Amino acid sequence: MLSVQNLQVEVDGKLILKGLSLEVKAGEVHAIMGPNGSGKSTLCQVLAGRDGYRITQGAVRYLGQDLLQMAPELRAREGLMLAFQYPVEIPGVKNVYLLKAAYNAVREHRGEPELDTFEFLTLVREKIKLMKMDESFLHRGVNEGFSGGEKKRNEILQALILEPKLAILDETDSGLDIDALKVVAQGVNGLRSRERALVLVTHYQRLLNYIEPDFVHVLSGGRIVRSGDKSLALELEERGYEGVAEAAA
Amino acid sequence: MNGAAETSMQPYLERFAALEGKHAAEPPWLTAQRREALARFSGDGFPDPRAEEWRYTNVRPITRQAFRAAEELTPRLEPESLVAARIGDLVLTDLVFVNGRFRPELSSPRCQQPGIRVRSLAAILAEEPDSLRDLLGSEVSYANNPFAALNSAFLSDGAVVDLAADTELQHPVRLLLVSTGEAAPVVCHPRVLIRLGRHAKAAVLEHFLGLPGARNFCNLVTEVRLEAGARLEHYRLQEEAEQGFLVASVHARVQRDARYLSHNVNLGGRLVRQDLNVRLNQPGASAELNGLLLAAGRQHVDNHTRIHHAAPHTTSQESYKSVLDGHGRGVFKGRVLVERDAQKIEAHQTSGNLLLSDTAEVDTKPELEIYADDVVCSHGATVGQLDEASLFYLRSRAIDAETARSLLIFAFADEVISRMGLAPVRARLEEIIVGRLPDSETLKGFV
Repeated sequence: MLSVQNLQVEVDGKLILKGLSLEVKAGEVHAIMGPNGSGKSTLCQVLAGRDGYRITQGAVRYLGQDLLQMAPELRAREGLMLAFQYPVEIPGVKNVYLLKAAYNAVREHRGEPELDTFEFLTLVREKIKLMKMDESFLHRGVNEGFSGGEKKRNEILQALILEPKLAILDETDSGLDIDALKVVAQGVNGLRSRERALVLVTHYQRLLNYIEPDFVHVLSGGRIVRSGDKSLALELEERGYEGVAEAAA
Repeated sequence: MNGAAETSMQPYLERFAALEGKHAAEPPWLTAQRREALARFSGDGFPDPRAEEWRYTNVRPITRQAFRAAEELTPRLEPESLVAARIGDLVLTDLVFVNGRFRPELSSPRCQQPGIRVRSLAAILAEEPDSLRDLLGSEVSYANNPFAALNSAFLSDGAVVDLAADTELQHPVRLLLVSTGEAAPVVCHPRVLIRLGRHAKAAVLEHFLGLPGARNFCNLVTEVRLEAGARLEHYRLQEEAEQGFLVASVHARVQRDARYLSHNVNLGGRLVRQDLNVRLNQPGASAELNGLLLAAGRQHVDNHTRIHHAAPHTTSQESYKSVLDGHGRGVFKGRVLVERDAQKIEAHQTSGNLLLSDTAEVDTKPELEIYADDVVCSHGATVGQLDEASLFYLRSRAIDAETARSLLIFAFADEVISRMGLAPVRARLEEIIVGRLPDSETLKGFV
């Protein structure tokens, strides 16, 4: 589904990703773990199509297409979704309208009919219960005045409704207390399916206590230095990033 | 004063002389007021572009023209041409003015609520002028504003909204100021007087509507007096035509525990200058000033606000926003004056400005003059483009770039609109703004 080959990315003239390769297939759950500054967020932003990153080498193919040539909204319509580490507050744009517009844009792209407001709200109410969010959130501005945990829940709510083919979750566990972490993890587990791939990008291992990955990758210094199964996450927990990175070198 | 300014004043001076006979029939206090105002105008002249209060707005496009007096003609106007002025299903008491003159046949039937007087100024001047003696001219100030003096010299029509103590308007009053396309553009000097007695409540809309091709000059003065505990929600919806000229000032005095709410929305006009002067005159008086300005093409819109905290325990909250595109030019100058004895006051001001093109321009300037020491004051101004992070967030949710931009512009403007009390006014403004943005069809799904 996603094939990243030798990706090199510069930000403000500084090389951040230094030849990163990654293969993700439908049905798989990948965890990319790395310390601060290893390039985790850069990878997420580049995959979602943010401006300001210079690709100096490498290629990314998504569902057989050249991902780097696609506008961000086209990536989203083709089923790629990034759950943001820091979701943006957009006062004045109601949460529910954004959800509906995004949902219908994806459906239209797939050649499916739009849902009417009633059908859509029925769907949203079902999903919002899963995320243990109050319905009043729907009528507030996008992320406006949400706590850190509420913003993360809102991202997963969007994923549950938009049903992406590839969901990339950027530090979705950061800033969550244990109860919120369980709710978010439950939501993410609800996304698991044979047709869908998940990429969890995280600093800490604790999210993986609730979401079991098929593959774990260690990102360090702009490239993936080790890959393994879920036991690699436990090794990281014991030896730390430096220990694992040294062992790899 | 330079020679050019003298020439541009000349038609006004001549016209005043020609009206002397007509004015002689009025009560002496009014004639004296006119003469004094004319003397002030001829002494001060039109604003010099170097004057501090006028440095961002050159009024030459107005002063160099010899406008005809609006009184000289009565344009035919079918009621259907006012459909554009409809505000949803809002029930209004409408006073319609065409080029500044009251037109009863286009207006609502006269308001019959006891203790409430809503009438044209011309009718009152004809029937009971002395009833205006302590009202007309009681709040207006000519300082830095020769246009206000000009208005006092020439006023002949306008509106009076006068509420006795403890009364409340059943329906909002709208003064619909229609400007028509004339072969030779005209000038009018309407005067609006709003007085709310103790604990009276009202919503008043001043709605400027320029019909296609209108190139007239409207020189309006509005005087507002709110007695103790009164509450006024004062809307100003400016939809002048593309080539319309407007100079308008509000002079408001707010007494003990009274509240003045102003929503000043500027959507049209070629050259517009508005002055809002609010005097918080007694303890507990408060004011909220909301402003929204959309300008594109060659439009120039200037808002000067002055909030005068003259008493302790007074509060003011001000938020002005502008969205400028094309060669649009915006000016916001917000002065807050806190007198030495005005302790324990609170004054907050923000100015937010969105520039959508390289050629749009805004000047925004707060001016805080504080002589008291126990006060809470804040101000902040931003000038910028659309937030890149917000745009990306929306696009990453499958919203195309153009819709995302429009949506953020709408949200920026809607923040001001959402503070308005009358839902149909909000809906009308939202519809107008959505209609002006690219991709408005998609956008309608969002609002």
